Amino acid sequence: MSAPQARTRREFGRPLNFKRGVIELSHGSGGRAMAQLINELFAKYLANPWLEQGNDQACLELPAGRVAMTTDSYVISPLFFPGGDIGSLAVHGTINDIAMSGARPLHLSAGFIIEAGFPLRDLKQIVESMAGAARAAEVAVVTGDTKVVERGKADGVFINTTGIGVIPAGLHLSGDLAQPGDCILINGTIGDHGVAVMSERTELDFEVSVVSDSAALHDLVRVMVAAAPQIRCLRDPTRGGLATTLNEIARQSNVGMVIQEAAIPVLPEVSAVCELLGLDPLYVANEGKLIAVCPPQHAQSLVDAMKDHPLGRKSALIGEVAADPHHFVRMRTAFGGSRVVDWLSSEQLPRIC
Amino acid sequence: MCLAIPARVSQIYDDDRAIIEIDGVQKEISLALVDDVAIGDFVIVHVGYALGRLDPAEAEKTLELLKGISPTSSETIVS
Amino acid sequence: MKYIDEFRDGVTASGVAKQMTLEVKPERKYNLMEFCGGHTHAIYRYGVRDLLPDNVNMIHGPGCPVCVLPIGRLDMALHLADRDGVTLCTYGDMLRVPGSKGRSLLKAKAEGADIRMVYSAADALKLAHQLPEQQVVFFAIGFETTTPPTAVAIQTAQARGLENFTVFCNHVLTPSAIANILESPDVRVLGTVPIDGFLGPAHVSVVIGYQPYEFFAREYHKPVVISGFEPLDVMQSILMLIRQLNSGRAEVENQYIRAVSRHGNIKAKRMVAEVFELRRQFEWRGLGVVPYSALRINDRYSQFDAEARFNLNYAPAKEHNGCECGAILRGVLQPMDCKLFATACTPDTPMGSCMVSSEGACAAHYIYGRYQDAAETA
Repeated sequence: MSAPQARTRREFGRPLNFKRGVIELSHGSGGRAMAQLINELFAKYLANPWLEQGNDQACLELPAGRVAMTTDSYVISPLFFPGGDIGSLAVHGTINDIAMSGARPLHLSAGFIIEAGFPLRDLKQIVESMAGAARAAEVAVVTGDTKVVERGKADGVFINTTGIGVIPAGLHLSGDLAQPGDCILINGTIGDHGVAVMSERTELDFEVSVVSDSAALHDLVRVMVAAAPQIRCLRDPTRGGLATTLNEIARQSNVGMVIQEAAIPVLPEVSAVCELLGLDPLYVANEGKLIAVCPPQHAQSLVDAMKDHPLGRKSALIGEVAADPHHFVRMRTAFGGSRVVDWLSSEQLPRIC
Repeated sequence: MCLAIPARVSQIYDDDRAIIEIDGVQKEISLALVDDVAIGDFVIVHVGYALGRLDPAEAEKTLELLKGISPTSSETIVS
Repeated sequence: MKYIDEFRDGVTASGVAKQMTLEVKPERKYNLMEFCGGHTHAIYRYGVRDLLPDNVNMIHGPGCPVCVLPIGRLDMALHLADRDGVTLCTYGDMLRVPGSKGRSLLKAKAEGADIRMVYSAADALKLAHQLPEQQVVFFAIGFETTTPPTAVAIQTAQARGLENFTVFCNHVLTPSAIANILESPDVRVLGTVPIDGFLGPAHVSVVIGYQPYEFFAREYHKPVVISGFEPLDVMQSILMLIRQLNSGRAEVENQYIRAVSRHGNIKAKRMVAEVFELRRQFEWRGLGVVPYSALRINDRYSQFDAEARFNLNYAPAKEHNGCECGAILRGVLQPMDCKLFATACTPDTPMGSCMVSSEGACAAHYIYGRYQDAAETA
């Protein structure tokens, strides 16, 4: 592939300096600098037939069936954290939102808003990671956009991804379908992502070896709907944690829930960090977890199928849907009492009292 | 009030600085408020400072007492 | 987690609960005040109330430093943060508390004030080093537990000759608050708040010891049990109070023997005495003006006193109309008795301080306990 390289050089002058270069306003202004950034970075790493066409849009042929579509913007500090970065996160998060409908995710778009002065080396690392995540998930980033804002008007990089997927015929999952008596399942330990991100924030100043659970869950979902097509709903408990997602489903389905504290998987390190900072793991973010609600007679075979998948080894049945006009999510504590598990009220802050 | 947790001291440095450990989590704290802390001691940590020592023998005593509080089995059946 | 998980064991808890049921006298009520937000939090978070006999009634006390700080003091912090050249450092707990006109530190930060959340007074010192052009002010709140770390920070600042570091001191004293509750007409004369005994502070007592409470047991004939903050500690302490009340005793007992002694941490107390002195009086939210109930930085360290350096003056501020935080902090009312509770006042839109701190009685009840109200009204 030496010919395109040579042509690149002629078209744009010197290649981008990924060692010491930084993003400048011209990289977002629609001129030659932007074309060079797209050519030498985005198109190169995210390469696929749609991007290669170089059009302002991707023209897609979709398989038959209902189409699921979602969009999400990623703003995270720090941009790099144990177990991932904003690039892989922007792929996993949107794939997961598609997958929670039971759909097979097919295509993504990616919009970047970059702060002037951002190191090209970091941007390259983010794009490479994004490309790796998309490749592993067999999903293509088929169209994109880049904007550069003045220094101080953004926090490094913001990414928006939109995704589409196709739902297999006959499958209907929705947050309003939970019924009293249904079982609630989760595919592993909660709070890993939030704690991994917090551990990189210098002002909190603690060390822990927990890595983010950031992962694309569509293959696990494929296995799950094959094992139990009767699943009522799936949802990924990201921001706001397990507690907030359970409350969302309870309200949507007009039901209550009763969960068992002792059944919810939590890593000891995550418990310890939460103890230290006065946080509750139920409200700490996840990026590779899903909650499934299914009729009780299918719960066991579903858990078994989940445990056979690499992303579901620590799956557990954590509670049941109950009739409750107040939509309370209640928790039977390991101590033997019970309490409400409420919505998250704004971001959890470390506390001293 | 006053979130504080017991933690094991795993390293001690100059200037009253020390590292505590709880289940694989390490954090630097200050020992300025407690004298003669040794590695392996448990201290009560609040806002990054050791406030006092935790006495393992007294902790065991309390636990034993707690476990012994349960009524005898015959009484349990009555209740 | 060593020395934590053992004290949250459900099997042991059910044994203690059964024994408690056997020992309570059915003909009487046991009205016990848990002074500390730490106990309130444990009671709600672990569902301890479900394990208590029906005639054991827990009354939430004022032991939450966020809840008792009057709006006027928070307004002073807001004024400070608004000044050019000032970086205000605060514990995360204070960020969302609404000051006058509903303005919080978080809102002030969004409007451009330089407000930083810190985990420790030492972090504020570090910032003062890093920002030599800024006046770094540490917004110090808390009871005897949090005071010694502030004293260390002030002494360190002096030793290092840090000229851009000051402390806005709001440290308050537990025994004065307990005395104020016991002396209040609600308790002493009217009897509207029947208090038979106290769960005494855990971590405050690590510092001050249990000796200061002996006066209450003697003078007011109320039993006090110093109690750890884990749920089994709370259960055991309640059982100890029941036993004292059943046998007519009023003593100070120490359940938290693994960390509390009679005289506490003498070194920490000495450092506090070196840096601080008693204020003649201090306003508490809910309790009003309480004599000799708070600390200020003494003359030797006055160069680190933000009130002196920035010429700050305290002006009492008006509470929200209809907010019952005061009565709730004194134990006169329960959260559900307040008209604003769960209607205008929720953790998302807190009106009063009891709804802000997760240790506040209202927030704890809202977040953890509301289903009980629903069950009662159903």
